[in-house]
Amino acid sequence: MSLTDRSADQAALPLASFADVAALSAQRSARWRPGLAMRQGAALHNEVFASSREAAGAGVALALALDDLQHLPRPAGQEAEDRRSVLWVQTRDAARIGGRPYRAGLPRELQSRIVHVLAEKPEDALFALEEGLRCRDLAFVIGEVAGNPRSLDFTASRRLTLAAQKHGVPLYLVRLDAARDLSSARMRWEVTSARSDTPRWNAQAPGQPAWQAELFRARSHAPGHWVLSQTGGSLSARRAGQGRDVPSTGGSIGRAFFGEAATRPLIARG
Amino acid sequence: MAIDRWRQGSPDRREFDDRPLVLIAETAHGPRIEAANRAGKTAGARAGMMLADVRTLCPEIATAPSDPAGDLAFLEKLAAWARRWGPWSAMDAPDGVLVDVTAVPHLFGGEGALLDDVSAAFDQRHLALRAAIAPTAGAAWALAHYGPPAAIVDADIERALSDLPVAALRLDSDVLTVLRRLGLKRIGDITMIGRDALHRRFRNRKSPAANPLIRLDQLLGRVPEPLLPVIPQQMPLVQRRLMEPIRHRALLDQVVGDLAVDMARELEGKGLGARRLELGLWRVDGEVAVRQLEMAAASRDPAHICRLFATRLDDIDAGFGIEMLRLRASWAEPLALEQGDIEAGAEIHGTSLAACIDRLTVRLGPKAVSRPVPFASHIPERAQRWQPPLEAEPLVQGSLEFHARPLKMLDAPEHIAVLYATPDGYPQRFRWRGHVHEVARVEGPERIAPEWWRERGSARLRDYYRIEDECGRRYWIYRQGIVGDGRGGAPDWYMQGLCA
Repeated sequence: MSLTDRSADQAALPLASFADVAALSAQRSARWRPGLAMRQGAALHNEVFASSREAAGAGVALALALDDLQHLPRPAGQEAEDRRSVLWVQTRDAARIGGRPYRAGLPRELQSRIVHVLAEKPEDALFALEEGLRCRDLAFVIGEVAGNPRSLDFTASRRLTLAAQKHGVPLYLVRLDAARDLSSARMRWEVTSARSDTPRWNAQAPGQPAWQAELFRARSHAPGHWVLSQTGGSLSARRAGQGRDVPSTGGSIGRAFFGEAATRPLIARG
Repeated sequence: MAIDRWRQGSPDRREFDDRPLVLIAETAHGPRIEAANRAGKTAGARAGMMLADVRTLCPEIATAPSDPAGDLAFLEKLAAWARRWGPWSAMDAPDGVLVDVTAVPHLFGGEGALLDDVSAAFDQRHLALRAAIAPTAGAAWALAHYGPPAAIVDADIERALSDLPVAALRLDSDVLTVLRRLGLKRIGDITMIGRDALHRRFRNRKSPAANPLIRLDQLLGRVPEPLLPVIPQQMPLVQRRLMEPIRHRALLDQVVGDLAVDMARELEGKGLGARRLELGLWRVDGEVAVRQLEMAAASRDPAHICRLFATRLDDIDAGFGIEMLRLRASWAEPLALEQGDIEAGAEIHGTSLAACIDRLTVRLGPKAVSRPVPFASHIPERAQRWQPPLEAEPLVQGSLEFHARPLKMLDAPEHIAVLYATPDGYPQRFRWRGHVHEVARVEGPERIAPEWWRERGSARLRDYYRIEDECGRRYWIYRQGIVGDGRGGAPDWYMQGLCA
């Protein structure tokens, strides 16, 4: 949607109270922000490109997945505590260069829920991912594939997208050291680590993890660049080059609205 | 059996059927007879005689070399093949096979029909046979070797077998000689003479083959014989015997589907779910192929079983056709009956977690799917173990909250070259996988001492540092040992984990 379309739409809107405008605007905003799953549902097929020299890929994938899980509206009759398992599929190459998940370092709510699959070949990993997406008892599926294997082409990614859409299980596919090839993923990120905030008690120590994240291709969002960080168990995003956080749109629609308004001139210039 | 096997070796050996023939083995004292055919036996040849002695009785006797190793291998295959009449069989060298047909005969229409089927199958393979069914392995052996043909004994073994010669007790030849000299010729004679006398006579003989009392007790079922399972347990078992041998995959899938439905019904009746299934495929030419399947959770869903077997049947060689299939649940667990999904099934689609894990294990192997569980150890790589995904987690003491651990751990710590101001101080710069990282922030050391109760004394302690480099990449590295600990030279540095 181009900028002129949007302003024309806004002009056509009837005059309404400030809250209504804010709500509408926030709803119509094409910007990605944390906590969007509350309105739009989880993003079902995500790709995260990252280097194998750091754990940023898996970190961002987990952070996005947990953010979506926290903000998804809970259907009636669901258990209070989510105890569904999480399938973590790695090819042997990915496990060798990027390491395997370490239970004590995982987010606390996931520690006892991981089911790990070690696939010898990328074909096996794709099979495991698809089987995971078809399983109704999984919260989400994480995949780690190194490089650009021949078998992970557009057709394969389309299969994964369709399986995820049919069964509603989100997939977060971490691509280690991969080029941006063709894919039907709904959101595609490129992430690296970012300098963390200074911890309060020990200024010399590394702080809460932070990542530079570039959303370079998304179906329903405009591309953008954020600094993601995980503070107090929730994901917060800051537009790159700006000082302010865009918090999760849990309840404060107004702030999100101002945040959007402040960013709009940037789009026009970019 | 040796003669039958020799005869099947090539078609032109059939012409020896009505001419005396013996199979011989070379010994230090000349050729000895191992087996003789019917005409040879009529001419006077017996197993164990020297060939020279037989030549005097029957000069025109033909000879062929015997092949005991081949006979044994053949017997082994025969025993596997004979499992078509029961879930369990054993070799009884040199020429016997014991099959446990407990709870099986009804599949064949009774014990008589079972024996008819056995003799028909052996006739088809041109093997001479004497078969018998009895409550104990010893009694069956005795009947098969010395009893009437196709004997079936249900109860009162003692009376049924009292007319058989004492050789039916599977005794050594010297014991048989002793018994013959004592005038005990029939099994009934031994039971009549009284236990005390026999016990006194053979009190030094501990081996069953040397002590007629032990053999008698085994025969009568008073003493368990290790060949038989101690606790009779009946595994759920279904089978299909096919009118026409099948050679095509589509038909095979159909039959496996039917078997899975039968098995589901069988399991449901017992309130069980299968954990391990064995599918046996009996081919027309006597080969048996077995495919095993293990499931992560007890299940009796026919569609699931079929799907899992479908990937296992790709490499089956049907040969001239498969004439019988049998599905056996060799490991079953209680699985309560549950109401079929009426509404929920239509609403929630997708597979259950157990079914998903089964499919993954069948394709990727049982070790590929696992779950990390904590283990009581201070050493980080030992503090995590992998176990099958649906098993219960072991109970462990909670870990300390203030220890930050990396999100991912490398399979093996990788050596890094570190630049530091002082050997015991913070690292300033390091090289890992060919790139140099400037250390921007450090936290540490977290000192982890070697586990002295397990490791050798020269193991060095580890000082762990959580670091962040100039680009914000966070790592978990450690220095092995400290300078001057007397356990080696300058300490090495290792990269072990990648933090989120």
